[in-house]
Amino acid sequence: MTSAAETIAAPRRSGPGALTRAWRAVRYHALTVYALIAFAYLMLPIAVVVIFSFNDPIGRFNFTWQSFTLENWTKPFAYPGLQDAVVTSLEIAALSAIVATILGTLIGLALVRYQFRGGGTTNFLIFLPMTTPEIVMGASLLTLFLNFGVPLGFGTILLAHIMFNISYVVVTVRARLVGFDRHLEEAAMDLGANELVTFRRVTLPLIAPGILAAGLLAFALSVDDFVITYLNAGAVVTFPLFVWGAARVAVPPQINVIGTAIFMVALLLMLANILWQWRRAGR
Amino acid sequence: MGFIHRHKGLVPYVLLFPGLAFLALFFVVPTYYLANTSLQSGDIFSGYVFTWAWENYSNAISTYHPQLLRSFQYAGIATIVALLVSYPLAYWIAFRGGRWKNLLLLLIIAPFFVTYLIRTLAWKTILEDDGFVVNTLQTIGVLAEDGRLLATSVAVVAGITYNFLPFMALPIYVSLEQVDERLVEAAQDLYASKARAFLRVTLPLSLPGVFAGTLLTFIPAAGDFINAQLLGTPRQFMIGNVIQSKFKVIADYPEAAALSFILMATILVLLIAYVRALGTERLSV
Repeated sequence: MTSAAETIAAPRRSGPGALTRAWRAVRYHALTVYALIAFAYLMLPIAVVVIFSFNDPIGRFNFTWQSFTLENWTKPFAYPGLQDAVVTSLEIAALSAIVATILGTLIGLALVRYQFRGGGTTNFLIFLPMTTPEIVMGASLLTLFLNFGVPLGFGTILLAHIMFNISYVVVTVRARLVGFDRHLEEAAMDLGANELVTFRRVTLPLIAPGILAAGLLAFALSVDDFVITYLNAGAVVTFPLFVWGAARVAVPPQINVIGTAIFMVALLLMLANILWQWRRAGR
Repeated sequence: MGFIHRHKGLVPYVLLFPGLAFLALFFVVPTYYLANTSLQSGDIFSGYVFTWAWENYSNAISTYHPQLLRSFQYAGIATIVALLVSYPLAYWIAFRGGRWKNLLLLLIIAPFFVTYLIRTLAWKTILEDDGFVVNTLQTIGVLAEDGRLLATSVAVVAGITYNFLPFMALPIYVSLEQVDERLVEAAQDLYASKARAFLRVTLPLSLPGVFAGTLLTFIPAAGDFINAQLLGTPRQFMIGNVIQSKFKVIADYPEAAALSFILMATILVLLIAYVRALGTERLSV
């Protein structure tokens, strides 16, 4: 599809003078240079995080480069409390991703596959959490828990994470469902499969990549969340909360190690996803 | 099976119910309790009770209007800078990216894979007093000899801009990607210059993406407190800093709730104006 558009978009005109052509070339490359600088700007802090995971800081703050060491990587959990925080984060992320993916996928299916009254309201309700500042969402939830005397902790964090993840799952799944070929389901039904069998054997395998992508997104959002978690965590510490608490008294390089590891895993998963799309498109 | 056939109209509602019920319970209902809390009075020791305490709002505004104003100011500047950086970048990927588009998009969202707090702390390293950036700016005279970036509003706005930039770039990219290049070509065939073709064809077609991007950047930016906390000082504090410290440090829940409500109401006014103008379908890219 892209290549077709590009063929159309490359008109060959004869005529413009050398000066005009030179000016065009400058402008063409000016945009490229601008883009490269912008990419460098985007990558700079990431590079800093990765490089400083190999730093051997003097004192408690890992802000200035001292000397290269592998020790942070060989002992990533050397800092007290860090391991528990990471484990808590992963548990909450896994649980909230699973629940939010199920709830969100069902909503996505309903929105794309059925005409029903209340669709607009549903869309609005899905859209609202994504455009509400986190501090407001976190504050509202906290007032709910405070008014009912719910003890803050693992459970309240989990509820909060499921809540903000649902919308992102709906949007992701819906985007994949829109291009879905309904004829395949009709064919299955014509061949005598009932609706549940059709869903399990035809629909689900086809939308599985979308569901998987949504689940991964939910997992990533959960691992990264700070504001809502911070307000509703009580005494429980997740990885971002650990970084926050540590930042006042110390920034150990182990934080960079965990940050780099999370970055690498997410990047590899996304790259795998892109390669998969390329292979599918190539077929 | 027969049940599904007989009650086909119910199927979408059955699918919607669990998720929407969850959202109602933990997103809509809490808004009521936020409003309720914002009108309570009392103190943390004897407890807070609902008393229609509207003075929480007037007190909040009269005490914290500088932080409130600063939040929208910082968010506004950050949104504009993010737009200026993102638009050409998104344009370049959409029209020059070729088969690498997906990979380039991955680079744009790559910052999201680094934990928010950690990438903000990385800016602390970059903008450090004796660091490369500050030294260079001092050498070329932009910054005074003893000038610094950390603990200034520049650092806070820079941090906010960086942290929310992907929210700006992605929707702009999506709308530019959908621009039919034949339209641009047609404009040029009709003797429009490249600049004119861009201004009259490409730019208007990409405006939905720009609107979506500005909202998705501005809203979280206005509520942010991490950048001000880590890169600034109390003189750069935004409304988010006040809300979080009232909830977490001094336990003044009613005024914190009132401030949250003021923040949300201001944003909601902007949002409704936007939805009226464009409709939600376009925003949900």
